[in-house]
Amino acid sequence: MPRNTVAVVGAAETTELGVIPGLSQIGLHADAALNAMADCGLKPADIDGIATANETPVQLAHYLGITPTWIDGTSVGGCSFMIHVRHAAAAIEAGLAKTILITHGESGKSRVAAPPRSVHPASLNGQFEQPFGPMGPPSMFTIPVLRFMKTYGVTEEQIARVAVVQREWASKNPRATFRSPITVDDVLNSRMIAYPFRLLMCCLVTDGGGALILTSAERARDFPTKPVYVLGTGESAETPMISQMEDFTSSRAFRVAGPTAFREAGIAHKDVDHLMIYDAFAHLPIYGLEDLGFVPRGEAAAFIAGGNTAPGGSLPLNTNGGGLSYMHSGMYGMYALQESVRQMRGIAAAQIPGARVSVCHGVGGMFAASGTIIFSNQAP
Amino acid sequence: MATPGRALPQPTPETQHFWDGAKAGDLLLQRCDDCSKVYFPPRPFCPSCASRRVSVAKASGKATLYSYVIHHRPVPGFTPPYAIAVVELEEGPRMMTNIVDCPQTPEALVLDMPLEVVFEPQTDSISLPLFRPAKG
Repeated sequence: MPRNTVAVVGAAETTELGVIPGLSQIGLHADAALNAMADCGLKPADIDGIATANETPVQLAHYLGITPTWIDGTSVGGCSFMIHVRHAAAAIEAGLAKTILITHGESGKSRVAAPPRSVHPASLNGQFEQPFGPMGPPSMFTIPVLRFMKTYGVTEEQIARVAVVQREWASKNPRATFRSPITVDDVLNSRMIAYPFRLLMCCLVTDGGGALILTSAERARDFPTKPVYVLGTGESAETPMISQMEDFTSSRAFRVAGPTAFREAGIAHKDVDHLMIYDAFAHLPIYGLEDLGFVPRGEAAAFIAGGNTAPGGSLPLNTNGGGLSYMHSGMYGMYALQESVRQMRGIAAAQIPGARVSVCHGVGGMFAASGTIIFSNQAP
Repeated sequence: MATPGRALPQPTPETQHFWDGAKAGDLLLQRCDDCSKVYFPPRPFCPSCASRRVSVAKASGKATLYSYVIHHRPVPGFTPPYAIAVVELEEGPRMMTNIVDCPQTPEALVLDMPLEVVFEPQTDSISLPLFRPAKG
């Protein structure tokens, strides 16, 4: 698989983020796609591969006027776009397509032409989880955390601290939904959602979208944008049922996807200048730091509380403010990828000076799937 | 805790035995005849070795509290706050459930506390396996 052979040449989010009642879900995909094509000077006729999730790639190809020779409809939750990047890199390597567009759009808040969210009562989730009263991710993604807290002695204050640090990053970002600083007390006094999780430990619900355009590293030099090379990629899946996770203190999908990407990239943790870990809830950066091997087991909460991932820290994490403060339409992975690309281009709102390697790690469903992408701005 | 309106399972051919067992007051697991793996949720083959030679076996009904949240938002059939729990059965597998006959508080719901299964009828054909603090 590619190391530096494929690059992101186009990247953009929707013109607006937040509450966008004037665009349907496919309209958000299209707005982001048109912005990404404008970013690198391409037209739909220049695109020969398309990947998307939540909407089908057939719908997007037709809506945008693209005739693809390669399509990918992998839809495994919020990390689908990391997995699209991985599949796109392989497809470009294999010659299946030359210029691939990956789109995301989601009317998560306004729900304009968004597909209904439902669990079929005959599915395994429908038979063996839904009857016990969960209602979406806030009441399910959070279930493993008390076991994690007991195993490693993690406190509610430490989990609250994750949200506080990410708000510090968001305060530097004009496009972040929430920018006012918060304290640990603010988090611990916010409304209880699903003990031990309070409102400010949970992600936003917003509208938005994003799109990426990838091509070969060789062709990337001819584009007006600074190429962001794909160094390494990984993906995996574990279980659609949170109750059936093998280990409540660690994600098997993370432990496969992350190290696969590191091996492919041929880098060590000390080489990483910038890190994104999909944070639908405040515990995810803790699981991600440990499962990707950045810190030893049980030490991530203290690592974050110690300021290591905050502005000025040794490992800048979720520098856009994350799903907790920047935006979260439901499938947040695209926004994490956009921030990694901005950091590698050197144009992020909270730019890490001299950053050369960015790791972007996503989760899909509730620890159900995972995708990891390692980017670099260093030419091959 | 449970009131009418909660989501109910729709059994499939592969899971019907589990729900028939629950209706009769038995918690049924499956065990691989080749590798001895005990597993849940039901399927007609072993998820460990893929053998189709599997048997249904009655579980003891004993479990411990593995993890949970206490949900504070309204859901049809539930009066918040209520715990959504995962228990670890004596035989090994884990399952999602609710904890009954117990205050729905962090002080009363202590991880690793011993539990036992009870079945709560919902309809003529569906009873749900719930757990309560073990007696004695």
